[in-house]
Amino acid sequence: MTAPMLEIEHLRFAWPGSHDDCLAIESLTVAAGETVFLYGPSGCGKSTLLSLMAGVLQCRRGSIALNGRSWSSLRPAQRDRYRVDHMGYIFQQFNLLPYLSVLDNTLAPCRFSSVRARAAILQSGTLQLAAQTWLGGMGLPSQVWDRPARDLSVGQQQRVAAARALIGNPAMVIADEPTSALDENRRDEFLDLLLSSCQATNSALVFVSHDQRMAGRFQRRIALPGINQATPESRAAVRGTQGLP
Amino acid sequence: MNRYLWTLAWRSAWNRRLTLALTMVSIALSTFMLLGTERVRTDLRGSFTSALSGTDLIVGARTGSTQLLLYSVFRIGSATNNLRWSSVQSIAQQRGVAWIIPVSLGDSHRGFPVLGTDENYLRHFKYGNRTPLRLAQGKPWADLFEAVIGSEVANRLGYRLGQRIALAHGSGELNLNDHADKPFVIAGILQATGTPVDRTVHISLQAMEALHADWFAGAPIPGNRISAEAVRNIDLTPRAVTAVLVGLDNRAAVFSVQRAINGFQAEPLMAILPGVALDELWGIIGAGENALLLMSGLVALVSMAALVSVVLAGLGERRRELAVLRAVGASPKDIVLLLGIEGGLVTTGGIVVGVCALTAAALALGPWLQSRFGLILDPTSPTELQFMLLGALLASGWLASLVPGWRAYRLSLIDGLSPRT
Repeated sequence: MTAPMLEIEHLRFAWPGSHDDCLAIESLTVAAGETVFLYGPSGCGKSTLLSLMAGVLQCRRGSIALNGRSWSSLRPAQRDRYRVDHMGYIFQQFNLLPYLSVLDNTLAPCRFSSVRARAAILQSGTLQLAAQTWLGGMGLPSQVWDRPARDLSVGQQQRVAAARALIGNPAMVIADEPTSALDENRRDEFLDLLLSSCQATNSALVFVSHDQRMAGRFQRRIALPGINQATPESRAAVRGTQGLP
Repeated sequence: MNRYLWTLAWRSAWNRRLTLALTMVSIALSTFMLLGTERVRTDLRGSFTSALSGTDLIVGARTGSTQLLLYSVFRIGSATNNLRWSSVQSIAQQRGVAWIIPVSLGDSHRGFPVLGTDENYLRHFKYGNRTPLRLAQGKPWADLFEAVIGSEVANRLGYRLGQRIALAHGSGELNLNDHADKPFVIAGILQATGTPVDRTVHISLQAMEALHADWFAGAPIPGNRISAEAVRNIDLTPRAVTAVLVGLDNRAAVFSVQRAINGFQAEPLMAILPGVALDELWGIIGAGENALLLMSGLVALVSMAALVSVVLAGLGERRRELAVLRAVGASPKDIVLLLGIEGGLVTTGGIVVGVCALTAAALALGPWLQSRFGLILDPTSPTELQFMLLGALLASGWLASLVPGWRAYRLSLIDGLSPRT
């Protein structure tokens, strides 16, 4: 068995100023290329866990390692670099810079990460070709590639976001409810494309949703309330703090 | 990498061009206001002291130096005592004296002071930056009953050359004491100077004497009127004048001449240095200057607050954009750089527009301001305070533009991961 892509051990996390932990997870691993469906009711700490996985938040105890490196061993600037080198994101919506073209949006991670740029060039020859390959793979017609992102429909925008998350083959893709703004047909279409693309690049995928109808498509399903050992009172505190900006 | 940030900054800015244009206009207006107030404040003093130049001494009967300056230069108030004509003549013969301009005040024409003097007034009187008086129309008085009027007198009263006017005794409130029996013809109109000269009706000393030939102790002598024709036949050598403006051959002699005049034997006289007296007078009325300085300060505060609020208002608009940028790998340093580029360029642009607008306005409105308010604006010589204000504007605008960067540093990635639209 290969080393896990993401490894969480003895995680304890509390929001600043709070005594009680809102997340307490003994162990959670995601293998390379594995697709994981993470679900739970809203306010159970899904987004907090994602932020911890991405090294945006730091845990109080325990460790979170991505591709063998613990986030806590890196300085903030190094974390920023490491994150873009190894991770792609897809948000719920508003993923794109509306004034850049579809192609430029897709290329954005390669502008900030030389690792991603090198990987993309290695795969397709040039950055331009890499972006076009991914956009084509996401089923976006070439006529829209040079259009500003704001001209696209929400469904098309999410596919551009997926192409952007995957360009340069990051080891891990995190998707935070990316289908919540899509209707049912578009949702299934998007999921198909995302899963097959992750398989193609052997990227691990952590897909967060509260919509369990999609769960069957993933290799593993994790209910966050099931693995979170924090007390119910402190979980209530999670709900409280999540309402804050 | 850096080139990419510049491209990104430009694309993002172009996307928000309307907001940015408004920000720039607001910065330009702040600049205009701030520098304009400061310009007026600075030049107000300059304009005040420019009422008289090239005159080395002002001589009058013993009184306060400020009072002598007020009535001889600004035509405010009146003299308590006059100088005898013989004294005037001996001052003119003092060693080192190049020229003298005798001035005789006391009458008025519809609220404008009347000044009796001689041809030296047009030859030697200087104002501002040693600018001599020039006639806009007509010629100096040649006949006894001819007058040369200042530009404001002509404009306000709509006077033209050749028109006949009647002078009044004293300040003219009581028309009983009218000099209507001896009307004057307007022979010349002076160019605008922005000094009290504009508000003055000039006649010859002889005319002044003729007006009062049949007067005694401030009233006409009853039953002994002398007609305008008859008065030409009597001796019109002035008996006394109000003050004398003195020009020297050599400025270095100013203190010895002053001492000589102050020690004059025949009657008690006083000689003052106009520059010193102007400074003293400014010290009294300069409270207005402090008010303007306070005003400048308030304008600065308000402009900078407006600037910061305009920049911060754009923050909400950018929050999502910055979150996306952070999520695709832009470091906080990149974000701050991006905002700094934009903030710096917009602030600089706004300030440049403001300075250009102010300079253009000062040049365009300069003549009007000078003739209407006597204010001479000099947009070409910025003051030290103006540079400091510009620096403060630039710094506050630029710093305000970085505030979203500071917020982005703390928030944007979490924002991006769990978006709240």
